[in-house]
Amino acid sequence: MATHRALVSLAAVAATTMLLTSCAAGSEAPADPGEAEGSITFLTNRTDLETDGTWDAYITEFQKTYPDVDVTVEALTSYADDVVTRLSTPNGYGDVLLIPASVPANQYSDFFEPLGSTDELSETYRFQDSASFDGTSYGIALGGNANGVLYNTEVFAEAGVAELPKSPDDFLAALSAIDENTDAIPYYTNYKDGWPLGGQWTENIGAVSGDPDARVEMASVSEPWTQGNDVYAIDSLIYDVVEEGLSEPDPLTTNWEQSKNDFATGKIGSMVLGSWAISQFRAAAADAGASEDVVGFMAFPTNVDGQQYASTGADYNLAINANSSNKAAARAWIDWLVQESGFTQTQGMISAVEAEPLPDNLSSLTDENVELLEVTPAPELNEVADESQVDLSGNIYRQKLIDIARGQADGDKKSYFTTLNERWGAAVDELAG
Amino acid sequence: MSVSTTGPDPMGISGPLHGVNSPDPARSGKGSRNSRNSRNSRNSRNGRRRGRPGSKRASKLTPYAFVAAAVGLLVLLTYLPAANMLWYSLNDWNGFGPVDDFVGFDNYIEVFTNPEIFSVFVVSLYYFVGAFLQMGVALYFATILSFTTRFSNFFRGVLFFPYLLNGVAVGFVFLYLFQPDGTLDTVLGWFGLADPPQWLGDASVANYSLAATSVWRFAGLNFILFLGAIQSIPSDLYEAAEIDGASRWQQFRFIILPGIQRIVGLSFILAVAGSLSVFEIPFIMTSGANGTATFVIQTLQTAFSFRQVGLASAMAIVLLVIVLVVTWVQRKVFPDEKVDLS
Repeated sequence: MATHRALVSLAAVAATTMLLTSCAAGSEAPADPGEAEGSITFLTNRTDLETDGTWDAYITEFQKTYPDVDVTVEALTSYADDVVTRLSTPNGYGDVLLIPASVPANQYSDFFEPLGSTDELSETYRFQDSASFDGTSYGIALGGNANGVLYNTEVFAEAGVAELPKSPDDFLAALSAIDENTDAIPYYTNYKDGWPLGGQWTENIGAVSGDPDARVEMASVSEPWTQGNDVYAIDSLIYDVVEEGLSEPDPLTTNWEQSKNDFATGKIGSMVLGSWAISQFRAAAADAGASEDVVGFMAFPTNVDGQQYASTGADYNLAINANSSNKAAARAWIDWLVQESGFTQTQGMISAVEAEPLPDNLSSLTDENVELLEVTPAPELNEVADESQVDLSGNIYRQKLIDIARGQADGDKKSYFTTLNERWGAAVDELAG
Repeated sequence: MSVSTTGPDPMGISGPLHGVNSPDPARSGKGSRNSRNSRNSRNSRNGRRRGRPGSKRASKLTPYAFVAAAVGLLVLLTYLPAANMLWYSLNDWNGFGPVDDFVGFDNYIEVFTNPEIFSVFVVSLYYFVGAFLQMGVALYFATILSFTTRFSNFFRGVLFFPYLLNGVAVGFVFLYLFQPDGTLDTVLGWFGLADPPQWLGDASVANYSLAATSVWRFAGLNFILFLGAIQSIPSDLYEAAEIDGASRWQQFRFIILPGIQRIVGLSFILAVAGSLSVFEIPFIMTSGANGTATFVIQTLQTAFSFRQVGLASAMAIVLLVIVLVVTWVQRKVFPDEKVDLS
C-alpha cells in the first residue's frame, strides 16, 4: 500500500507539469476522453464495495473510455472523521472525495473545486442545493435517499396491523399491537451505535409538515420544540415509543450489525431509517434464509390533511480536491460514476440525474400515494446546532431524550423540550446578533 | 546474601540487581580475556581520536546527538501540539480553515461559567473510589505473591494480563459481559441471583459497572509496581522479623508498607490524574450516554460533535492545569519522606 501510494504521488508530480494548462479551464469534463490522463485517488465510505470488488469492476469499465486515467480507491471505515482530519493537508484528501457533512458550506471553496453554477447543474442533477454555496456548486450527489420507516412486513401482519400507520398515534397503536401479539421488539432504537438516532430521524424535518423549507425555518425559530413544528413531532414520537416500553429493554447494548439479522428473522418490528438501508436489510434477510419481502418501507407516520410526505436528500456529494493536479481526470471519474456506472440502480438509490426514474424500492411509497419532497438543505441549521450544543444531526441529545423517556434521567418530555428550546433560542439570538 | 526475596522471580523485577551482585560465569576465564581485549582496542581507538582536535569536540557532542533525536520527537509530537492547543483555546475555531478569530479568554470563561461542563466531574468520583479499591486489591495480591506461594508465577501472570489487553478489546469484552442474559447474568444465575439490574442500561448502576471494568483493567499495573517495590526490600528484614515473632500482618504493616511508600504515593497521584481523565472504557462501552460522560468524552464531543475546537482546547488546558495542581498539592501534603527500614 505504501509503495503504491508513493507511486501515485510520483505520478501526480509528473503529471502536474502537463496539466498546468488544463487546470485553468476549471473542472469541466474533457470533451475528448483522450485529454483526461494521470492518476487520481478516490476516497469513499463504502468499504463493502471495495471488499466485494465493485470498485475494481467500475475502474475497469471506466478505463475503457478513459484509458489514460488510473484510479486508486481508498475506502475508509470511519469516513467522516478520517477525512475531516485529512482536510488539513492540501493533498492529503485524494483527488475525488465525498464532502464530509461537518464542512460548513461557506468553506467549500477552501477545499473543493467549483463544478459550475448551481442553476445550470440543477437542470441535469437533483440535490444540487446540498452542495452549493452562493450559487456555485461544489459537488454532485452519488445518489439520494428517501427517509421513512423500515418495517418487517411479516411482524406487522402477525400483529394484525392491516393498514400502514399514517399518524404518530397509528404508529404507536401498531407498535402496541406488535408488543401484544408477537414476540418481536416493536421498535429498535440502535441507541448504542448512536448514529441511527441522529440524521435518520432529523432528515424527516420537512416530511412532517410537507414544507420543503422547514429546515431553513427551524434555523431562525427560537422555540422549535413546540407543538406544530416538525422536530417536535419527530422527537415526541421517539419519546412516546420509548416511554410506552415499545423499544428494546436495554438500549445500552444494542448492535447495528446484529440488528439487521434480528430484523430479518422477525425479532424486530421497525426502525426509522433512510431508503439506503433497504438493500442492506434485504441482503441480511437473504443471509438469514428469510424472504427479502420481509423488508418493508413506509413514509414517516405523519400526514397533512391525509397527504403523506417523504423527504428525499442527497447521500454524500462527490467533490474534487481544489489542490488536485488531475482535475480533468477527476471530473471525468465523477461524471462517469454518476451517469454511466449504474451505481444508483444497483444500490437502490435515487439517481442524481434528473432524467433517471426512481428506484424500485420506493414503489411502496408511490403505491401509498406518498409525495416525495426534496427538502432545501439549511447549513445555518448546523451552525445553530453547534452553538447550542444540541446536536440535531447527532445522537447525544436524543440519547438523553430516550434516557428521560425510560426513567433513567431526570425530567420529562415537557421539561426537556423546554431546556432544548432555551438552548436553541439562545444560540439563534447569539448568531443573529 | 542475595538481594532476591524468597519468591521466584519470573518477571525479572529484581533481575538487574541480582545480576550486578552475583558473579557472572561468562566473565571468568576465557570470557574475561575477550572483554579485556575489546576494552584495549577501544582504548587504542580513543587514543587515536585524541590526536585530532576536531573529533574530540565531535565526541563531546555525541551524547547530545542522541538526546537531540529524542527531544526533537518529544517537541514535535508533544510540546508543539500542546502549544498549538493553547493557541486554539484563545480562538473561536471550528476545526477548519484559518485560525483567525481571536477571542482571548472567552473560551475559559465559558468553561468555568457553564455548569454543564463542570458537572461531569461528578462521574470521575466513581473512578476515584474505584482507584482506591484497585490499589487495595493490587497491594493485597502483590504482598501475597511476593511470599512463597504455590503457583505464584501463574497468578502473577493472570493478574497482570488485563493490563496488557488493548483498551478497545477490554471494552468489547465487558460489553458482552454486561449484556442482559450475558455472561455476568448467567454466572449470577448459577448462584440463584435472578433478576439482576441492567448493568449499563440502568443509570444508577452504569457508572459502577464502568468503574469496575476500569479497576479490572488497571489493577495489573498497580500490582506489578507494588510487586517490584516489595521485591526490592532486603529479605533479611523478613527473616529478622520472623525470628522476633512478627505475624504476616505485622510484617506488612511495619516492613512492606513503609518500604514501598514511594510507589504507593506515585500510584495515588496516577489514580487521581487517571480518574479525572478517564476516557476509553466509557467511550467504547457507552460513548458517554446514560450519564456516563466523563470530562474527556465531553471535550471530544465539544470538539467534534459540536465543532467548537477552541472551547474544547480550553477544556483540555483546564484539565491539564487541574491535574498539575492536584499533583502539586499531593506532593505538598504528603512529602516524599526518606524511607528508613532499619
